[in-house]
Amino acid sequence: MEFSELIRTGQAQAELLRGPEAPPLRGTLCVTGHHLLLSPGPQATPDLWLLLLRSVDSIEKRVAGDCGTITLRCKDLRVLQLDIEGVEATLNIARSIEGLRLGDAWHFHPPERYYKRVARETNAWRLSEANEDFSLCPSYPRAVIVPRAVNDDALALTARFRQGGRFPVLSYHHAPSRTVLLRSSQPLIGPQKRRCAEDEALLRAVLAGSRPGARGFIVDTRSAQTAKQARMTGGGTEAKAAYPGWKRLHRPLERGRPLQESFVHLVEACGDLEQSMDHWLSRLAGCRWLAHVKEALSTACLAAQGMEREGACILVHGAEGTDSTLVVTSLAQLILDPSSRTMAGFQELVEREWIQAGHPFQLRCAHSAFSHARPKHEAPTFLLFLDCVWQLGRQFPLSLEFGEGMLLALFDHAYASPFGTFLCNSEQERCLCEVRTRTHSLWSGLNQLKEQRKLRNPLYVPNPLALWPSVEPQSLRLWQGLFLRWTRPPEPSEAAWEKVWQIVTDQEKTEGSQPTVSASELQL
Amino acid sequence: MEHIRTPKVENVRLVDRISSKKAALGTLYLTATHVIFVENAPDTRKETWILHSQISTIEKQATTATGCPLLIRCKNFQLLQLIIPQERDCHDVYLSLVRLARPVKYEELYCFSFNPKLDKEEREQGWMLIDLGEEYKRMGLPNNYWQLSDVNRDYRVCDSYPADLYVPRSATAHIIVGSSKFRSRRRFPALSYYYRENHASICRSSQPLSGFSARCLEDEQMLQAIRKANPGSDFIYVVDTRPKLNAMANRAAGKGYENEDNYSNIKFQFIGIENIHVMRNSLQKMLEVCELKSPSMSDFLWGLENSGWLRHIKAILDAGIFIAKAVSEEGASVLVHCSDGWDRTAQVCSVASLLLDPHYRTLKGFMVLIEKDWISFGHKFNHRYGNLDGDPKEISPVIDQFIECVWQLMEQFPCAFEFNERFLIHIQNHIYSCQFGNFLCNSQKERQELKIQERTHSSWAHLWKNRAEYLNPLFRADHSQTRGALRLPTAPCSFTHKFWSGMYNRFEKGLQPRQSVTDYLMAVKEESQQLEEELAALGERLEKIQKVQLNRTEVRNKQSEPSKHSGFSTSDNSTANTPQDYSGNVKSFPSRSPSQGDEDSALILTQDNLKSSDPDLSANSDQESGVEDLSCRSPSGGEHAPSEDSSKDRDSDEAVFLTA
Repeated sequence: MEFSELIRTGQAQAELLRGPEAPPLRGTLCVTGHHLLLSPGPQATPDLWLLLLRSVDSIEKRVAGDCGTITLRCKDLRVLQLDIEGVEATLNIARSIEGLRLGDAWHFHPPERYYKRVARETNAWRLSEANEDFSLCPSYPRAVIVPRAVNDDALALTARFRQGGRFPVLSYHHAPSRTVLLRSSQPLIGPQKRRCAEDEALLRAVLAGSRPGARGFIVDTRSAQTAKQARMTGGGTEAKAAYPGWKRLHRPLERGRPLQESFVHLVEACGDLEQSMDHWLSRLAGCRWLAHVKEALSTACLAAQGMEREGACILVHGAEGTDSTLVVTSLAQLILDPSSRTMAGFQELVEREWIQAGHPFQLRCAHSAFSHARPKHEAPTFLLFLDCVWQLGRQFPLSLEFGEGMLLALFDHAYASPFGTFLCNSEQERCLCEVRTRTHSLWSGLNQLKEQRKLRNPLYVPNPLALWPSVEPQSLRLWQGLFLRWTRPPEPSEAAWEKVWQIVTDQEKTEGSQPTVSASELQL
Repeated sequence: MEHIRTPKVENVRLVDRISSKKAALGTLYLTATHVIFVENAPDTRKETWILHSQISTIEKQATTATGCPLLIRCKNFQLLQLIIPQERDCHDVYLSLVRLARPVKYEELYCFSFNPKLDKEEREQGWMLIDLGEEYKRMGLPNNYWQLSDVNRDYRVCDSYPADLYVPRSATAHIIVGSSKFRSRRRFPALSYYYRENHASICRSSQPLSGFSARCLEDEQMLQAIRKANPGSDFIYVVDTRPKLNAMANRAAGKGYENEDNYSNIKFQFIGIENIHVMRNSLQKMLEVCELKSPSMSDFLWGLENSGWLRHIKAILDAGIFIAKAVSEEGASVLVHCSDGWDRTAQVCSVASLLLDPHYRTLKGFMVLIEKDWISFGHKFNHRYGNLDGDPKEISPVIDQFIECVWQLMEQFPCAFEFNERFLIHIQNHIYSCQFGNFLCNSQKERQELKIQERTHSSWAHLWKNRAEYLNPLFRADHSQTRGALRLPTAPCSFTHKFWSGMYNRFEKGLQPRQSVTDYLMAVKEESQQLEEELAALGERLEKIQKVQLNRTEVRNKQSEPSKHSGFSTSDNSTANTPQDYSGNVKSFPSRSPSQGDEDSALILTQDNLKSSDPDLSANSDQESGVEDLSCRSPSGGEHAPSEDSSKDRDSDEAVFLTA
C-alpha cells in the first residue's frame, strides 16, 4: 500500500501548542508519508516544525464549532496540541496520522561486528559461527563467543536445553581478575528434572578457563519460588548437584507488564504535577519505578562485585534471558569496564548487549506510556537500563564520556526512529528485512560532528577504576531530564551547560596555545 | 573542665552506620570544647572532632556483650554511634556530655575561647565586613518616601528590633509608637526590602492585637503610610503567613489579624506555613527516615512524604514567590507578618528578597541578607538552635528551612547564584557551632549587652576569607535569566520534591555523588587561568630571549614548566570507591571453602530467613567474611567539606586538646 492512499487531507491551517514553556506556532499543517510538518507563515520564523509520525503514541480528536483539536501524545512523552480550522480537515488529518503512524516505514545501514574484539582478549574462548543460519538460536547473532573447550556440536545440544536456544555465551571478559560474565536463558529442567551433560560441561569449561580455583555464581533474576515454579512449564533453574563450583543467587527483578505499568503510572504522575504535588512522594513511591531502578542497579553491582572482588565467574539469566538479564550484564560492564564508558564504547555496548543480544525492541517499544491499546509485549526494559546509567552518571559526573543527551537520544530512537538500528526483534529478523542495506545506522547519525555537543559530557575525565554507585534511596533521584523533559522550563539547565562548555573549552584553548609557544621557542 | 568526669577512654569502637559490621577501634577524648575520636589504625589515625555545641541528643542504649553503646546526634546531622567497653566509662562520658552540650551561660560557649590568631584590628575589620547601613544605601535609601528612624534608639520601643530602622517618611514617631502598642511584642511594621525599580517594598511586623473587634488608629495610619510610600500602587498586600485557623485561634487571646474593613485599601492574604512545633516534629520525622537501616525505596519515599518536610519547604517557597511577584509584577507593597514576626516572617521576607534582587544571590549579598532579615530583626537564634540550655519546645529548624529553600532554588537555577552548596552547609554549621559570635543571643540588644563584637570573632569574615571554596563556577552574573528578579516558573514549583541528601546525609559520604562537578570546574578554571598567566610570562620571556639571544638549554628548562600543572584529573580518580553492601543483609557470597550440607537449599533458606528476620542469621556470620571487607563504604577521596571545622581549625584546637 502506498502512503499517499492514507493521506486524506494534505493541508490545513493550524496552531500548535507545545506545552507551557514553548511559544505556540501558527501555520500550514501538512501530512506526508513519514512526517507531520507545520510551516509558519512568511512573516514568522522560517523554521519548519517536523514530527516523525512513528513517534506518535496516541491520538485524541475533539471538534467544537468549526474548529477541531487533535492531541498527540508521543512516545518520547511529549504532549502536543493542534488546533485546526475546519471540522472535516481535523477528522481527516487525525485519520491520516492514525493510518500512517502504524505503517512500517522501511528506509535505512549496517552496524559493525563487535564480537571479535572481545574474543581477542582471552585464549580460553573462541568465536563460534555455529549459529550462522540462526538454527541454534533465532535471537542470537551469527557469531557468539564460547569456551574454546566446547565444540559446535556440544553447543547445539546445549541450545536445546535452554529456552529459545539461548545457551550460555560470553558477555564480558574482565581482564584484571580473569573472570567472565556470561548470559543465557533458563535451563529446560521441567518437572522431570532433566539434565544436560553438554550444558554442565560448558559451565565446567568456563571455570577451568578462568583463573585457577575460580568459583561461579549464577545470578537468577527471578525469585527462588518463581524459578522453581517455572519447572511446571518446562523451565527451571540449575540444580546445585549438577553444576559443581557454581552457586545460585536469586535477585528478583521486575519485568513485563508490571514494569510497563510502573512506567505508565510514573508518566501519569509527572503529567499532572499540579494535582499530584501534595502527594507527589507517595505517588512516586506508588508507581515503584525508582524501586525497580534500585533493584536493577544493585543486582548489576552484585554481579560486578562478584567478578572484581571475589574473582568469580558470573552467569546471569532469568527466563527468556532477553530483558532483565541484559540490564544486569550491560550495567555490570559499565561499572567495571572503563572503555565502555567512552562515546564509542557505550555505543558498542548497546549494540552488543542489547541489539545483537536479541532484546525484542519491536515488541517492547511498540508503545510507550500513553497508548490506550492493551499492552501485550511492551515493557520499558531498555529505559530502565538508561535510567540506571543516568543514576551512575549523576553519582560519577566526570566518568562517563557521554551525557544525558545521549541517553535521551537512545530512548527516543528506541521508540521511534528514522534509523534502522533499533528495528526488529533480533539479528535474524534484521537479516530477513535487509535492514542493513536498506536503512541508515543510528550510530553514524549520532557520530556526526554537529550532534556531539548535545551528546557528549564536557566534564569527562577517563577513570580507570570501577564505579561503585550507592543504591541507597537517598542517592537515587527521579530522572527529571526525561520524565519532566517537556513540562520543565529548559532554559536554566541549558544556561548551565553553556557555561560548563565555556569553562572547558576555555581551558582547552589555553592548553592548545601552549605548544605553539614551545615550538617557536625551539626554533630559536 | 569541672564537668569532664573522664577525659579519655580507650578501646572505644565507632560504628559505621550503613554497614554496621564495620567499626573502627580507637580512643575517645573529652575536652573542654570537643569530643574527639582518634582511630587506632596506625596508617591513618583518622580523627573525628565534634563540638559540644553541635551535640543535639545523647542516648545511652542497653549494654550488650560487646559493650555499652552511646548514640550522639548532632545538630549538623552527624550521627555517631560509639561502643564503650565499660559501663562505668560510658556512664561518665554520658553524664559529662549531657552537661557539656547544655551550657547555662554564654561565657561557656566556644566562641569566647576560640582564637583564630587574629589581632584586634583584624577582628574589628571582620565585624565591619557586613554593614547594614551600606545595604540600605544600596537599596536607594533614604529617599523621598523612606527615612531612617531613631524611634527605636536604645531599643526604647521594641527590644527585639534593631536600633536603626527604615519607616515611611509620613509615619511620625507618634504613629510608630501607637502602632507598636497594637502589635505583639511591639514589633511594628518596618521596612525589610525596598525594590528600587518600582518603589514597592516589603515590610514586616508581628500580628496586630485586634482580638475580635479592637482597632488602632495609629496602626491603620501606619499601613496607610506604607501604601503612600509607593506611588505606583493604590493598595498594599497584607500577608499573614500562618494557616487561617491558627490566626483565628489567636483572636481569642486578643491577638489575630487585620480586619479588611478597618484598614483602607489593603488586600489581606493567608499563606499557611505551619508553626515551629510542627516544623520541629517534621524534621524529627524526616531524620528518622534518614536513619532507617537499608530502607526500601518506598519506605524512604513514604517516610519522607509523611514527615511533611518537603511540603513545608514548598509552602515557604510559595509564600516567597507570591510576595516577589506582588512586588515585581503588580508593583504593590507587601506587609508580612506571622505571630511574633521573627520566624516565618523572616523566612518569607528573605526568600522574596532573594528572588527579587540578584545582589542577595552573591556571596556577600547573601551574608547581608541573613544579617538583615535574621540577625538584626531579632530572630531568636539562642532559643531556636539551643545554644544555651533552655526550653526544648523553643527549638525549631527555622533557618535550616530557609537555607534549604535557597538550595532548592539553586537546583532550579544553577547559574543564578555566586555561591555553591558548600557555602550553605558551612553557614548552617556555624549557626549551630557557636564558634563565632554572629549567631548568638536572641536580639541585637542582647548581643550589644554581651559585647559580642569585642569578645568574639565574626563568621562572615571567616567565610569571606575562604570564599574561593564557596564559588559556583557556573555563576553567570550577566545572563538574562539571572539578572534582576528570577524568572519564576509558571507552573507550581515542580522541583520541591528533591531531598537534600547533601545536607541531611552529609556525613554519609557513601551516599553522595563521588565526584564533584563544582570542584572539578573550579580546578579547570584555576588551571586555565594559571596557563594564561604562564603563557603571558612565556611571551614576555620570549621577547627577552629574542633580544638577548640566551642559549638554548635554559629555554628548554623553562619550557618544561607548564606541563606540571595541578593534575586534578588524577586526583579525581582517587575518588576510588569501594562497593557497598549491595546484597542487603543476605549472605550473598558464601565462604570460599566448600560448605557443609546442601548449599542450594541453604542459600534459599537464608533468603527466606531474611524476610522473617531470623536471629539465627548471625550465627554464620563468619561465612560473611567475604562480604565484610567488600562492604566498607567510605570512599577515600573528597576530604573536604564535612568535618571542615575539625580539620581546618586544628591548630587552634590543638592547645585545648593537649591540656585535656
